[in-house]
Amino acid sequence: MIDLLYFAWVRESIGIGHERATPPDDVADVAGLIDWLAMRGGGYAEALGDKTRLRAAVDQLFVPLDASIAGAREIALFPPVTGG
Amino acid sequence: MIRVLVTEAAIDIAAELVALERAGGGAVATLTGLVRDDGGVEELFLEHYPVATEKALSDLAAEAAQRWSLAAATVIHRVGAMAPGERIVFVGAAAAHRAAALEACAFLIDRLKTDAPFWKRETRGQDARWVGERDSDRDAADRWKRS
Repeated sequence: MIDLLYFAWVRESIGIGHERATPPDDVADVAGLIDWLAMRGGGYAEALGDKTRLRAAVDQLFVPLDASIAGAREIALFPPVTGG
Repeated sequence: MIRVLVTEAAIDIAAELVALERAGGGAVATLTGLVRDDGGVEELFLEHYPVATEKALSDLAAEAAQRWSLAAATVIHRVGAMAPGERIVFVGAAAAHRAAALEACAFLIDRLKTDAPFWKRETRGQDARWVGERDSDRDAADRWKRS
């Protein structure tokens, strides 16, 4: 089980900020996880359909989308950050 | 001394400045960011990724403290709902001399914009929209990369 966190418009499109899921074994990296979640359709497809608009963190560290999710406990998906 | 805070409360600049001045350096530089009106913004809402935000800010402050031999570094960011004119972010650096304090201060605010998980949503009337990434912010952060 992986804790999945969504922020900003990703959270709003999906409709929740947190859930737990167990991706199938052939989902190896963040990009694969995004594709797998997007297949759920609806708000997931809307939020996750265009990976160029997404950034990710694995166990609270920013990572590129080709980063492995092996052993990850928490994965966050969000738009580019806009603080400051 | 490193101080990092993510808070819904207003930022008390006077207290932060006093703390920086007591760190024992010869120079203190600070930057305060204010919520802009930007064509009729009524509310700016700041969302963040708890724990990851504090870690990102602590890492940045530690990097600045090491790189410029700071006596103190402070990074404070507000979250939640704010109105134009309110303070949204405060960074400060205390160092032996002005150049280190000024550079560290610029480093902290430039890198905070690209490295810390905050997201802004602007509301104008009935229209609420998430602010997009700015290339100029990325360029500003990139200039601190060591070659």
